[in-house]
Amino acid sequence: MAFDLALDQSQEAVADVFGRFFDQECPPTVVREAEPLGFSSALWAKCCELGAPGIGVAEADGGGGASMVDLGIVAGAAGRVLAPVPFVDHVVASRVWPDPGVVEGTVVAALALRPAVDGVWRIVPAGAVADVVVGLDDDDLVAVRSAAPGIGPRNHADMPIADRPTAGDRVVVGDRTTFERCLVEWKLLQAAQLAGLAARALEIVTEYVKDRTQFGKPVGGFQAVQHGLADCVGPVEGSRLLAAKAAWALDEGLQGALDAAHNDVDDPIALAAMAFAFAAETAAFTTKKAVQYHGSYGVSREYDIQLYFRRARGWPLVLGDPAHQHRELADLLWPAGA
Amino acid sequence: MDFSLPPEAVALRDEVRAVIAEVVTPEMVHEAHATGTDSCPALAREFGRRGIIERAVDSLVDGDAVDCWVLLYEMHAAGIPQDSISQGTVTAAIVRRAGTPEQQALMLPGLLSGEAIACFGLTEPDAGSDLASIKTRAELYGDAWVVNGTKMWTTMAHVADWVLLLTRSDPSAARYEGYTMFLFPAKGTPGFSFDPIWTVSTERSNATYYDDVRIGREYVLGEEHQGWRTLGVMLGVERGVGNTAFGVPLLRRAVEWANAAGRADDPEVRALLGRIATENEVTKLLTQRAIWLSRTGGPGAATAGSEAKVFSTDRYQHLAATLQALAAPESLLALDEPGAAAGGWIDYDVRHSVPQTIQGGTSEINRNNIAERALGLPRAR
Repeated sequence: MAFDLALDQSQEAVADVFGRFFDQECPPTVVREAEPLGFSSALWAKCCELGAPGIGVAEADGGGGASMVDLGIVAGAAGRVLAPVPFVDHVVASRVWPDPGVVEGTVVAALALRPAVDGVWRIVPAGAVADVVVGLDDDDLVAVRSAAPGIGPRNHADMPIADRPTAGDRVVVGDRTTFERCLVEWKLLQAAQLAGLAARALEIVTEYVKDRTQFGKPVGGFQAVQHGLADCVGPVEGSRLLAAKAAWALDEGLQGALDAAHNDVDDPIALAAMAFAFAAETAAFTTKKAVQYHGSYGVSREYDIQLYFRRARGWPLVLGDPAHQHRELADLLWPAGA
Repeated sequence: MDFSLPPEAVALRDEVRAVIAEVVTPEMVHEAHATGTDSCPALAREFGRRGIIERAVDSLVDGDAVDCWVLLYEMHAAGIPQDSISQGTVTAAIVRRAGTPEQQALMLPGLLSGEAIACFGLTEPDAGSDLASIKTRAELYGDAWVVNGTKMWTTMAHVADWVLLLTRSDPSAARYEGYTMFLFPAKGTPGFSFDPIWTVSTERSNATYYDDVRIGREYVLGEEHQGWRTLGVMLGVERGVGNTAFGVPLLRRAVEWANAAGRADDPEVRALLGRIATENEVTKLLTQRAIWLSRTGGPGAATAGSEAKVFSTDRYQHLAATLQALAAPESLLALDEPGAAAGGWIDYDVRHSVPQTIQGGTSEINRNNIAERALGLPRAR
């Protein structure tokens, strides 16, 4: 049905199953215990039992055949609880390298976001824990199996990032075009994950300001606080919708309306760039407010909101400056000049 | 989820675009900005002739406002004079919802044909966000009400055929009771007068004065003393149909300037263009969500319009100011000045952005609404 922003029945089912799974299996203690590496092998094992790692692979290849919209819903559910598993990275890699172990999840896969330089992919998300890295090496998209280091550099968001060599057990799985498609999928799923993060951060701070009392009333009763939080509501919903629209456009196979002059843009590549930039900005903005309205407790490691604050920045910045997406978008909308 | 518009709405969109392209001339746009009267009579009549206004009104009354949104959005996105059409559409919808059969027979033909212009007499010198504190008094003498008071921001009053007027008819009544709403003929009604209010933008509004204005009981819209309910009908049909598309003409003007100024390859300029396009898309989605929720109800329905308005108007101010700085100093020059960046439209956009966070509900009132009804925070007033 046209113009229907509700999840359909099967999408509701996906949201329900994965929402409950992540809420139950990934309380903040799981996130904290996974630090500093940022990977919980126990949670990943549970994801495997649920069939999550192969959900995005075609049914013909033994996977779940999920749509991008479905995958975005799962990414959003993972983002809400900061799940320390590389769902987004693995799912994107699995769609170009649906090896049985990858589909099962016994082999963890990751996507190198930048082409290799001198035989090394730098700062690969999930690179510290991935058994297979899919990445661009010259003009080939290759899947390289090599030993996961199991450790990575300490970083802002306690993510399992690491440099990975292009050497190893190599298979060519595509070309530059395939890689571009992977990046589009990664961006829109990461956007969905960030939208989930931001939505949950807003809930956490809203609960906090209802409880916390100063001057004899809840701090959430003060307009200064209310208005700061009210400013997050539209953008958080907007980032969820934009990520979903990008996913929908990719599922529909839309071949790009790029008419910015009439604000008719339904090209999935353009929408993914928009979704990523906007979700990154919204998650950063929302978690900044969320920490601020926790007062001093917001900077205490004991409180969960700092976990959200750091990941809101770390998750998108592995791709580079999110504002660069605006320039990439401009290159799509106005290829020659403006 | 399905983000595509229904085929009928796509056809309507294409028709509206074609009509605008065919009817609206640069001279008409120039005239509107020179006089401050944001109307384009030829366009209103053509929409009326084609039944497009009626279709938009039908969609508002039915509670599935997609058609109305398509009409208004295309006019907003085109950046053309449209206040008279949007005010007439909303007014006709209120008449359809709250008017008697006699009132509908009298008022609707002109409004639906695009011939008649309606304006809103709601706020007053001392009653803006706190609309319930209005003082304009209506007293019943025999078969007519006699109205005394002053209304502010009655845009289009100087060309209007109809005034939607909110009065206090029983000052002793409890809050939100004792109001009476009228829709009365503006032209030739003794005791009704106006003065222009010139704004920081090109738009002219009006202060209107009521000096023993006699209005027959047949012009009461809704029940006597139940005007607050009629206002509720208005806010109900208005939800989500206000202008949020400011960024669309802004983006075209930014591109026009960048090309003319040889800045189209400047990375800073390109980043801004990409940002405007992104935020335009978000604005469109938030607005579509408000329209969709007005049909389906459910979580968010009470605040979606506020969320779209706060976001779009805040971003419009920010983006217009950013563009003006990037394009300075030529962006200081006003409409039609030789050498003005984008023909002076950047200066216009910065000016035009100023009232948007105020009119039609301030951002502060909308934030209260969001805080209380979306986040469940305690009422702070």
